[in-house]
Amino acid sequence: MRRPQKPGRLRQLLTRRAVLLAGAQLGVITVLGVQMRRIAVEQNQSFRLLAEENRVNIRLIPPVRGLIFDRVGEPIAYNEPNYKIEMVREQAGDPEAVLRKLATIVPITEEDIAEALETMRARRAFVPVTVAQDLDWAHIAAVSANAPALPGVNPELGHYRIYPQGQNFAHILGYVGPVSDYDLRQTDDDDPLLLIPRFQIGKNGVEKRIERPLRGKAGVKRIEVNSIGRVMRTLGREEPQTGAEVQLTVDHRLQRFTLDRLGDQSASVVVMDVRNGDVLTLASAPSFDPNKFVRGISVPDWKALNENKYKPMLNKAVTGTYPPGSTFKMITALAALEGGFVTPRTSFRCGGFLEVKDRRFHCWSRGGHGRVSLKKSLKESCDVYYYEVAQEVGIENISAMARRFGLGVAHDLSLPAVRSGLAPTKAWKAQARDADWVVGDTLNAAIGQGFVLASPLQLAVMTARMATGTSISPRLVNAIDNRPQPVRGREPIDVDPENLGLIRDAMFAVVNERGGTAGASRLRTRGAEMSGKTGTSQVRYITREERERGVFRNEDLPWERRDHALFVAFAPADNPRYAISVVVEHGGGGSRAAAPIARDVMDEVLRLSPTMNYQAPRQKISSRQSGGGSAG
Amino acid sequence: MSYLEQNIRTVPTGLSKMLYFNWPIALLLTAVAATGFLMLYSVAGGDMDRWAEPQIIRFVMGFGLMTFMAFIPISFWREISGIAYVVGIGLLLAVPYLGVSRGGAQRWLDLGFITLQPSELMKIGVVMALAFYYDWLDEKRVSRLFWVLLPIVLILLPTFMVLQQPDLGTALLILIGGAVVMFVAGVSWWYFAAAILSVTLLVSAVFYTKGTDMQLLKDYQYKRIETFIDPSSDPLGSGYHITQSKIALGSGGMTGRGFMQGTQQRLNFLPEKHTDFIFTTLGEEFGFVGGVTLLVLYSLILLFCFASALTNRDRFGALLTIGVGATFFFYFAVNMSMVMGLAPVVGVPLPLVSYGGSAMLVLMVAFGLVQSAHIHRPR
Repeated sequence: MRRPQKPGRLRQLLTRRAVLLAGAQLGVITVLGVQMRRIAVEQNQSFRLLAEENRVNIRLIPPVRGLIFDRVGEPIAYNEPNYKIEMVREQAGDPEAVLRKLATIVPITEEDIAEALETMRARRAFVPVTVAQDLDWAHIAAVSANAPALPGVNPELGHYRIYPQGQNFAHILGYVGPVSDYDLRQTDDDDPLLLIPRFQIGKNGVEKRIERPLRGKAGVKRIEVNSIGRVMRTLGREEPQTGAEVQLTVDHRLQRFTLDRLGDQSASVVVMDVRNGDVLTLASAPSFDPNKFVRGISVPDWKALNENKYKPMLNKAVTGTYPPGSTFKMITALAALEGGFVTPRTSFRCGGFLEVKDRRFHCWSRGGHGRVSLKKSLKESCDVYYYEVAQEVGIENISAMARRFGLGVAHDLSLPAVRSGLAPTKAWKAQARDADWVVGDTLNAAIGQGFVLASPLQLAVMTARMATGTSISPRLVNAIDNRPQPVRGREPIDVDPENLGLIRDAMFAVVNERGGTAGASRLRTRGAEMSGKTGTSQVRYITREERERGVFRNEDLPWERRDHALFVAFAPADNPRYAISVVVEHGGGGSRAAAPIARDVMDEVLRLSPTMNYQAPRQKISSRQSGGGSAG
Repeated sequence: MSYLEQNIRTVPTGLSKMLYFNWPIALLLTAVAATGFLMLYSVAGGDMDRWAEPQIIRFVMGFGLMTFMAFIPISFWREISGIAYVVGIGLLLAVPYLGVSRGGAQRWLDLGFITLQPSELMKIGVVMALAFYYDWLDEKRVSRLFWVLLPIVLILLPTFMVLQQPDLGTALLILIGGAVVMFVAGVSWWYFAAAILSVTLLVSAVFYTKGTDMQLLKDYQYKRIETFIDPSSDPLGSGYHITQSKIALGSGGMTGRGFMQGTQQRLNFLPEKHTDFIFTTLGEEFGFVGGVTLLVLYSLILLFCFASALTNRDRFGALLTIGVGATFFFYFAVNMSMVMGLAPVVGVPLPLVSYGGSAMLVLMVAFGLVQSAHIHRPR
């Protein structure tokens, strides 16, 4: 053995340092104990809750989407059950053998089997994989009866959205589709349902704008899971809440008639009830079949829709904005009357053009209209009259009047992309175009050309307001879950009723008097007359050269450069109930291309009128509304 | 002082050495290991075969090894200290060439009957070498610069080798084990102050230059350091471990959910639940009381180590005992701090409780040395 250490300086040092070390260690141990106490005792409640959440997983049960009906109770969007069969690999034992057995009961092909096996291999063993869908109830029953022989096989219920009216309601309803990453970035909606893969949400139209009520509320299934998500057992279940039932103001018969009437023209029609703003028809042609979108549109179909020069995907009735042309003259006329710039007897001479500041502003009639008063200016749609008047009235008055009649302002309709058009002002031009307003701008605006833009919806609203003298606003949704949606704008517009009467008289003359521009489009309905106004809006600038050569016949021009044809009207003339606007893109003259459509649609409106009252939804839908769906 | 026999002046021989065993330490080690068996049984969902049984077998073997080592005179261990250190370094050198990789790190040597982790052995190797060095070193030289730099090299050499594997936890334990021996051996405070100061300066230099032209590390290295220090910045990586482990610990409350009643472990929310994070199971099932009980057991082991060291007039034995105790202390302190969110996640097991062969055997070997020093202390 070595010598025992002498008790020396180092020995003392060792003892001292060892005690210091022990003290430090004791300190650390105390800290550990205190932290242990803090976590386990003081924060116990919150951690216990978190632990519970860890253990209990909430699975969402998707709700059934709400149904949509038209005003007479016809279903226009509903859900069809999609019976499908899911399989869980780890419960199936030998998946291939089970699938072969399944194939004897249910129509599945070799390819389906191969695909299902492929998918199951790629997923975790406990994830349910859809092996067959679009099945009959009989198949489901057969599978249920054979359940013992088919381990891991579960019949499940999903839903397809169906639009029975097809293309007639494509623009109004829009369509549903699986939620995308883009959708999630766009929305601040925090509904957990959106996180379910391929959950169907409204992508357009009413389906998009009334998405939240239509969607319903998710049910929940509380299940105990382990960390990799395998279900251990179900703890409880709360049923989902079916989405709200929505009733629109549109009449499906009129909508169908209008779209049929428009055929394959690129055109749109809006019909409104002037008393309450109900939109009876909102047609945009050509249209498309929204059902194709629900199940995933094929690439050629999608290409065809996108490349069509008539732009079928666009809802032209609210999104298309056009120079309103002569349909805007009522606004200019009213502004002049209200401002005291003209009286009904004031008249100007039309010689086919007016020279202002060395520039010629042409009337559509090259020979001129002679002496023109207010009534004649509307009836024969003289442009020179408005050139003369506009110089007095000024653009600010005209645009202010336009906005009172719903032009240049956005209407709150339950549709996406409702455009506000434009009622231009000097300030607007200074800001948007960085240019000064010139008198020529006023002259062009006075006849609805130049900067003025309006959508068919706005033109219908304008006409309804002319017909009633109230600032009625359009509405598309009558009720959500039987809660009626408000009628807005019943209060009168602050315009002299006498002046409005003068305008209405002139509009009556347009259709019903000799020489009126729409004389060929009187209503055929016995005992009813329509008051209206034609419009033809240029989409190009006619050069002096063209004018001299006389080449401005529309038929000689390529489609894209032809004039837009417009017509607005209300009927019956003596007791207005319905207002209509028609815009035929590049259709040529308003009297020839647009007025006859308005006439036909208005005749149909009057024919259907007695049967257009609201009716409770007809629940003739075969769809099982039980929420016994899959848990996603 | 021996609690059995205080008046024996001669060193015991033969089987009578059993009487002079440091029984409190042996019993406390057994108690801690038994806690581990219970937890491993529970974590496996009531399955003995999976982890508990192999662990019991290892402990029995380890206990045998400890006894065997205890019977060999401490003078022998002192004589082979240098050799042990050199062999340890050699094994570490061999790892990159002969080692087997597991989980992205190369730490193991397959010796046929056992896969050995030389870095684990090195923890004892460094403590032994330093204890030997300071036992040999003349009193007057302890704080001389040259004689201080020598042990620093002895410590840093294996530390950096282990860091290369990479195994931050073990490298840290080697470093601290060595530093503690130097501290207790009486190296002047100034050296420790200087070391702490220079490390602080280096760390601040690294962080202050961040984002400037002179930054010392690459951007991704900063990123790694940040996640290491603040795991919540990476909630699915190491942050996930900490959150889940705090949830499990916190849901235990004062007395826990009861044996085998923990939900978090059973449902697999925590990875490494049977190794580095086993303390969470104890916390969940036995609560604050269970956790503190284990802490007390550990503290008692330390206490008896200190008691043994301070009554040992053999400088080598005393330094070795304190060094082993300190290494043991840092094992559980680092592990518990990590599990309770006080320290970043470094792979350090809970000594004698976590499942794993190398660490347990090495600890039992270390306590074998402590026992030997205790039995053969000069009287």
